[in-house]
Amino acid sequence: MIGVSYSLQQGSFIIAGLLFILALAGLSKHETSKRGNILGSLGMALALIFTILATVLGTETAGVEVSQAAPSWAIIAIVVAMALGALIGILRALRVEMTGMPELIALFHSFVGLAAVLVGWVVFLEGAPDKLHAGELFVGVFIGAVTFTGSIVAYLKLSGKIKSAPLMLPFHNWLNLGALVVFVAMTVVFVFFPEGAAGWALMIAMTVLALLLGLHLVASIGGGDMPVVVSMLNSYSGWAAAAAGFTLNNDLLIITGALVGSSGAYLSYIMCKAMNRNFISVIAGGFGSDGAVVGEQKDYGTYREITAGETADLLKNSQSVIITPGYGMAVAQAQGAVADLTSKLRAGGTKVRFGIHPVAGRLPGHMNVLLAEAKVPYDIVLEMDEINDDFDDTDVVLVIGANDTVNPAAQEDPHSPIAGMPVLEVWKAAQVVVFKRSMATGYAGVQNPLFFRENSAMLFGDARERVEDIIRAL
Amino acid sequence: MQIGIPLESVAEETRVAATPKSVVQLVKLGYTVVVETGAGAKASYPDEEYVAAGAEVVGRATVWASDVVAKINPPTEAEIEAMSEGATLISQVAAPRSPELLDKLAQRGLTVLAMDSVPRISRAQALDVISSMANIGGYRAVIEAAHEFGSFFTGQVTAAGKVPPAKVFISGAGVAGLAAVGTARALGAIVRATDIRAEVAEQVESMGAEFVAVQSDDQQESSDGYAKEATEEYAEAAARMYAEQAKDVDIIVTTALIPGRPAPRLITEEMVASMKPGSVIVDMAAGTGGNVAGSVADQVVTTANDVKIIGYTDLPARLPTQASQLFATNIVNLMKLITPNKDGLITLDMNDVVQRGMAVVTQGEVTWPPPPVAVSAAPVKAPAELPVKPEKKPRDPRLMYGAMGLTGVLLLLLFWASPSGLLGHFLVFALAVVIGYYVIGNVSHSLHTPLMSVTNAISGIIVVGSLVGLQHASGQDGQINWGIVTLSVAGILLASINVFGGFTVTQRMLKMFRKG
Repeated sequence: MIGVSYSLQQGSFIIAGLLFILALAGLSKHETSKRGNILGSLGMALALIFTILATVLGTETAGVEVSQAAPSWAIIAIVVAMALGALIGILRALRVEMTGMPELIALFHSFVGLAAVLVGWVVFLEGAPDKLHAGELFVGVFIGAVTFTGSIVAYLKLSGKIKSAPLMLPFHNWLNLGALVVFVAMTVVFVFFPEGAAGWALMIAMTVLALLLGLHLVASIGGGDMPVVVSMLNSYSGWAAAAAGFTLNNDLLIITGALVGSSGAYLSYIMCKAMNRNFISVIAGGFGSDGAVVGEQKDYGTYREITAGETADLLKNSQSVIITPGYGMAVAQAQGAVADLTSKLRAGGTKVRFGIHPVAGRLPGHMNVLLAEAKVPYDIVLEMDEINDDFDDTDVVLVIGANDTVNPAAQEDPHSPIAGMPVLEVWKAAQVVVFKRSMATGYAGVQNPLFFRENSAMLFGDARERVEDIIRAL
Repeated sequence: MQIGIPLESVAEETRVAATPKSVVQLVKLGYTVVVETGAGAKASYPDEEYVAAGAEVVGRATVWASDVVAKINPPTEAEIEAMSEGATLISQVAAPRSPELLDKLAQRGLTVLAMDSVPRISRAQALDVISSMANIGGYRAVIEAAHEFGSFFTGQVTAAGKVPPAKVFISGAGVAGLAAVGTARALGAIVRATDIRAEVAEQVESMGAEFVAVQSDDQQESSDGYAKEATEEYAEAAARMYAEQAKDVDIIVTTALIPGRPAPRLITEEMVASMKPGSVIVDMAAGTGGNVAGSVADQVVTTANDVKIIGYTDLPARLPTQASQLFATNIVNLMKLITPNKDGLITLDMNDVVQRGMAVVTQGEVTWPPPPVAVSAAPVKAPAELPVKPEKKPRDPRLMYGAMGLTGVLLLLLFWASPSGLLGHFLVFALAVVIGYYVIGNVSHSLHTPLMSVTNAISGIIVVGSLVGLQHASGQDGQINWGIVTLSVAGILLASINVFGGFTVTQRMLKMFRKG
């Protein structure tokens, strides 16, 4: 039987790897982002076609078989499985609400994790890996399993199916550490006894351990740290794929896994920096876990209320307006109303811009996607560093569903739990209007002195309804 | 009310307290302005121009009989006598050094607004003649030095050979010092400057000079905007620095003045002696005792080793046109402040720190010194009881290199023990990690969500692993291993969800982003 040229198949992997790099590079700018996505899918198509051919026909080099062909019925299994997967994937992708993006992405991570576990188990079932591959296999399955359950928990938390408050088992850090130590010990044993009953027992025990670790790891991290968790899981899913690549001697898997792994790690780093916390402390458990109710008894003075009508008058007389949305905007589904307000003000000649804190929302870049969906042009949506100097010259800032990310205590109160966290300096504007349901504290459990400032006013109620009231009053 | 602008009685004085331009503005404030014949002649402002601007050119007696007299220098006794009782005098009076003058002015029942007692707050900058004159003085000090200096300031390469640039050292980075820095830089010299206030380093550097700090723990910040006298330990460290600079530079300009005290001695005789022949020192403080040993007020002294020490005290007056213009503008700004109704009537508000600070004599009573004013320029110190978070120490570089070295050795050992086939994979892995890091580092924040979904899609490449698994579905004995098949097919299904779903949702999101 004639197989596919082994060199040709490997060559397709090189091209696919390059296309993936170009895909990520393309995403660095809005102008090239769509092209990047298309290049990525081309790379994927190329890699899939050649891998499927190689699977069905086997591979050869100079007439010598390198890998055998799969049984002839395999093609049917492949087509059915892929078609089913494609159908599910595309349907979910088309139906998902943009507010639901964090859940979807977490769910997708879990699939990669589970697939990595399955790949590892398949290699194990094929039997008798050598020492090195035994180690790689073990590591790959471990990371995959952690990613799988971790992502499932993240999905459940983000979609509100379970409470997002951090689960605090006693000694939870020791539990994580202990699991890692046990895993390392198991790996060493498995490298020497990968076969027979011992091999089976170790594989099963390790998989269960990793599944539990993933579960516990994410369960003990709370809602506001979710941007870090999601990008961390993104990273893990990459490392899992890379580990599978080592097991299978497949460079394409290694390249892709490494790209995704380092990309997720970088995103986690950005998110941690934006919260002025280090990665370890995020993983070790969230805010609010140590009863962070500092300063509750402090007297902040009184706050002032404002009505939607008064806000509308304020906006009418303004030259420059900045809107700083937070997760509350997503919860209230207010992005459409906010976009209407924006276009209305812009039509009247007012300069309107958006200031986005890096950790606003539950996913890196979440607010940008929500605003884009509501047809807010991306060039008036600026990130914190770009807009922070401009608050001085701004007439009105509308804070919609953001709290900790606009808290002046981060800069002014060294005792504050969020001290040192970079924040949007909204209080420098002439007037701040805060859209809020009540006077409850934000995720970090810290009172926000912004609300009590002389140039601040509170507009209570559902953000979407209040914004719509303002639009009517204009 | 009538404002009188007399001819300055000090013989060397070239400046005048009003220019035709400032007269126009004073008239707009509702005042009538009389100018003594020939008052502006030395500053190149002829009488006709004053008349054209709306002033009346009159004799001496008329000027001094005005309701307000504005001039540059403190008045002489005769001039005080010539003023009418209850009138207002606006001039420099050197209040800290001349209590007798203040008494005399008070006896005459005058109100005196001292142009050289303006509190140093940002709002009062517009009427601070110390600043405006220091600016001119600093400029002129460098010009005078250049005049006495036997070489170019700027470096040149000419057919006749290479000329090195002059090295200029400026002591004191106040208004005069910074003006001197700017002028010397503009002439092309290499400029260094120092100041007891370490916080001005940034300003010095912004003017293109190098800041030379005194190596001492005893740095000071002043709360009133002026420099203060230093401690002994600091003085020793400073002396070492000055001695070093003196040996190296061609020009030294000293600007160190402490209000109401003799000028600090910065450059000793030994330092002067150590300078190269032909070097020039400008001592801007020669009038109050001098920063430099051997400087004489209003003279150029040449030392035994041919170093010229310039002690001119009238540096601003050497630029009469410019100096008069700035002085006159300062006076206009003062008049604006004390004529809130623009009705030509002075309304002093003694609750205003600026007016209170300037009013050294009020209706026959000495009202100097004023209560102290703290300046916003010095940073407000945080209350001491706050537990300051220990600042992160910069990591010891040796530790970092050590860690890197250790990692390198461990990796080498690991690679040594690895089969050669694995190393190729490691190389690919390491390069991909680095590429990933740099590629992602450029990604715009607003595209982070699409980035995550596209990396999600491409990590669906794990499907390749499951496909390969199918190749081993039938073992050597030809028996189909259904466990492998099931797991592989499940893997293909899951990863396909990622691949197709990931790319689709990314494309959907990217389409939503639009430019405004």
